[in-house]
Amino acid sequence: MSREATLNKVRTALGRSAGQGIAAPPPVRLRVEAHLEAHLEAHLEAHLEAIDMEARIASMLRAVEALAGKSRRAATGEDARSYVGAVLDGRSAVASNAPFLRECGVVDLAGVQSGFTDAAALRALCATAEVGITSADYALADTGTLVMLASPAEARLISLLPPVHIAVVPKERVLSGLDELFTILPHPAAQTSSMVLITGPSRTADIEQILVRGVHGPGEIHVVVVG
Amino acid sequence: MSVAFDEKVHKTLADANLQLAIYRATGRLIDHRKHAVAATALPDYQELRTQANALKRHTIEHLDHYLEQFEANLTAHGGKAIYCQDATEVADFVLGLAKERGAHLIVKSKSMTTEEIDLNERLEHHNLESVETDLGEYILQLAHQRPYHIVAPALHLTRYDVGDLFARTLGVANETVVERQALIARAVLRQKFLAADIGISGANFLVADSGAVLLVENEGNARLTTSAPKIHIAVAGIEKLIPRAQDLAVFLKLLGRSATGQALTVYTSFLSGPRRAGEIDGPEEFYVVLLDNGRTKLLADPGKRESLYCIRCGACLNHCPVYRKIGGHSFPWVYSGPIGAIITPQFMGIEHEPSLPFASSLCGACAEVCPVKIDIPKVLLELRAEVKQAEERKGANRLERLAFKIWAWVMCHPRIYEMAAMAAASVAPAENGKWLRSAPAVMNLPPVRAWLSQRDLPPAPAKSFRELWRKR
Amino acid sequence: MARVSGRDDGTTLLQFLFMAKRVSIFVTCIVDQLFPKVGLAMADVLERLGYEVDFPEDQTCCGQPAFNTGYRQEACQVARHFLKVFRDSEYVVVPSGSCTSMIAHHFHDLFPADEAAGDLRAADALAPRVWEFSKFVLEVAGVDDVGARLQDVVTYHDSCHALREFGIRDGPRRLLANVRGLELREMDAAEECCGFGGTFSIKFPEISGGMAGTKIDSIVRTGAQTVVSVDSSCLMQIQGALSRAALPVRTMHLAEVLASR
Repeated sequence: MSREATLNKVRTALGRSAGQGIAAPPPVRLRVEAHLEAHLEAHLEAHLEAIDMEARIASMLRAVEALAGKSRRAATGEDARSYVGAVLDGRSAVASNAPFLRECGVVDLAGVQSGFTDAAALRALCATAEVGITSADYALADTGTLVMLASPAEARLISLLPPVHIAVVPKERVLSGLDELFTILPHPAAQTSSMVLITGPSRTADIEQILVRGVHGPGEIHVVVVG
Repeated sequence: MSVAFDEKVHKTLADANLQLAIYRATGRLIDHRKHAVAATALPDYQELRTQANALKRHTIEHLDHYLEQFEANLTAHGGKAIYCQDATEVADFVLGLAKERGAHLIVKSKSMTTEEIDLNERLEHHNLESVETDLGEYILQLAHQRPYHIVAPALHLTRYDVGDLFARTLGVANETVVERQALIARAVLRQKFLAADIGISGANFLVADSGAVLLVENEGNARLTTSAPKIHIAVAGIEKLIPRAQDLAVFLKLLGRSATGQALTVYTSFLSGPRRAGEIDGPEEFYVVLLDNGRTKLLADPGKRESLYCIRCGACLNHCPVYRKIGGHSFPWVYSGPIGAIITPQFMGIEHEPSLPFASSLCGACAEVCPVKIDIPKVLLELRAEVKQAEERKGANRLERLAFKIWAWVMCHPRIYEMAAMAAASVAPAENGKWLRSAPAVMNLPPVRAWLSQRDLPPAPAKSFRELWRKR
Repeated sequence: MARVSGRDDGTTLLQFLFMAKRVSIFVTCIVDQLFPKVGLAMADVLERLGYEVDFPEDQTCCGQPAFNTGYRQEACQVARHFLKVFRDSEYVVVPSGSCTSMIAHHFHDLFPADEAAGDLRAADALAPRVWEFSKFVLEVAGVDDVGARLQDVVTYHDSCHALREFGIRDGPRRLLANVRGLELREMDAAEECCGFGGTFSIKFPEISGGMAGTKIDSIVRTGAQTVVSVDSSCLMQIQGALSRAALPVRTMHLAEVLASR
């Protein structure tokens, strides 16, 4: 069959035999950015970690804005809820089943439907809803990226079909960047069938290199970092 | 030089508007990349390139191992690996599956690999509609054209071209505002996404330790293609493999920046299998087509194997002064630019377009920007030697061969060289140091004529360097 | 004034006096036949820097035209001759990045690894002794001011092989900056290929001409009166295009600029 044929051709081309071992691959290269100076004393670490967290959040929000997304720092879940309510402004919304959204009271806002576990019903709603609201599993501060793993708490289409996407994320989930993400999550496939990194609103420049947003994903995104 | 190539080149060079469009589009991408890989933006850019090259080298050198590892992990997550040796096998698989499932509508996201195998054409006439969903590719599908550039497929079309096209094929009013054109496409394609039975994507990377497909895009059409329909088929060349998910931390830092200057594209999807238990949406069936289609041929040549490292970023196209003049459609195959120039002869045989490896000044700009450090000029030089060897075997191009044999002999005999040079200088005009618009009859050989067709000739100096040196 | 850097590699004074002051020049076939003043200028500068300049008369070509056109056998023959001619040279100074690249990088690709004649070894031994002219001045002579004077507005074209194979970019600009009376203006397409590419210029004349057109447009935008580069083949392409377009801009090799007083 084609499987054997292809593998045989590959082996012949490389002069390898079936089951032959391999040389060690180049070592994994992950550099988690240290915002801290190495020589600083241990008792300052806790204080500096807090600064580090603040620096990350600031970087995250800045990066989102630089991508023409909207960012918001909410001190509490209640603040987050108010912000989301203002953005909704009476429009229809579908929200994911993320526990954090429930904690913030976002799912209780008028016009928000959530709690879906049926694919067809959810898709139908996503296709007509004006706003999609999710949390995120992580955020990447250097690029302003949301990391969304498909799960019972987060469906794929909520951050994709509606023209507006709002993500409400607790600050602890903000990582420095890709290297930190792949350090703490070396095997995304062990957890989910889909991990999506979302970096800004959907865009295309396919016609005369003129930028158009919202084709086909959400053209407007809001990232709310809480805490 | 083949007539077809020559004609396409001439046509492109003669089109001033097209020249401007190509130059501007590539110029913009050059600038964006430059800022994205500058020392202030990405201090370890060169180190990342070295690592990416090492990772690709290792993977390609052990490709059978990584194919099997990929397959095992994909299967463990509920997906299925479909090995296909050529275009026909891919089409047969898709058609067979579509028939079995009663599928009629396919949505496709951008994939050069599917262009390579003419997948859409092969799926036509089988009661099956296959719709491109990337805006540029959708436009090209309606226009029955090939991509002009790996990353900016419709860069050669104007908004007026698009307006006419949509009016003609979609029956809408002729709209020339770009934002509205995009919205027209969005509306049409939204319906397709939601109604499609099968979604076909490519793959930027195949991650061996995860059995996962990695897809990058800016629009969201690949996400929709791979999330909305019940069946997802990813079509990927076998060379797309990388060993580990963690290696994406290297490749993802290079791909977006090299292609468009983006630190990350808007969407990066890491997809491993159909939806898991408890997940609410996502495909129920997940297939990865592992395509050979001649890649094993490239694999067999250690001297040119690095051609398979390519991650299809398009940087080489943008920086190539030849591409920037002749554009994507002058190239004989779907892959254009420097990468197209080196893989086309290897896939199709050097006889397919023997002039292709020579259509380069070997400036090296491509190699300088290649994120995986493919030495494209080196491969071009090897291909040139192969073309000449083939000509010798066939007894073709005898005059040129003879000329170089004589030339080499002269260059190995300094006194003969001096005499030949003096003889040439005696018939070459000196013109008081002015450069020449035309050559005297005795000098009017094809190479001289070719030179003069574009620029003036230097006048012959009164004495050569060595004559002057002797008198010094 | 010229400044010669101290040598700290253990060379004795006697060795220094006998060895380090002698350089061979490989002027390249195009300079020999079409642009002899470049060779003379280069020799002038080297002598001014205190070197005794030797011109091995049996030199002809580096073989690049054949190599680039795919005729490796023929290139190999010519390379072999080159190795014979320059076998005993301590330094070979070349007014061309592309020829230097051919000798220092591609001779290695021409000779099979197992051949008995020792050509591969000879090529690899010669490679580090071959220097593009501006690199020699800066790194071996250790000088960035040769005392040149030229009243002119110039722009610099980065020759591809010099730039990408040897990293020659800042060097010539430094040398030009120290030429009295010279104003250097950067063109926007400095690093873009001029379109010569050896036989490419006659196999694909329209593309080559188009590339030259882009280059001279960029030159004209600077308002410079002279284009300078380190490679005569680039200058031939550029001057040919300027002349065809009846533009009054002239070309000069860096050696000619540095020899100006």
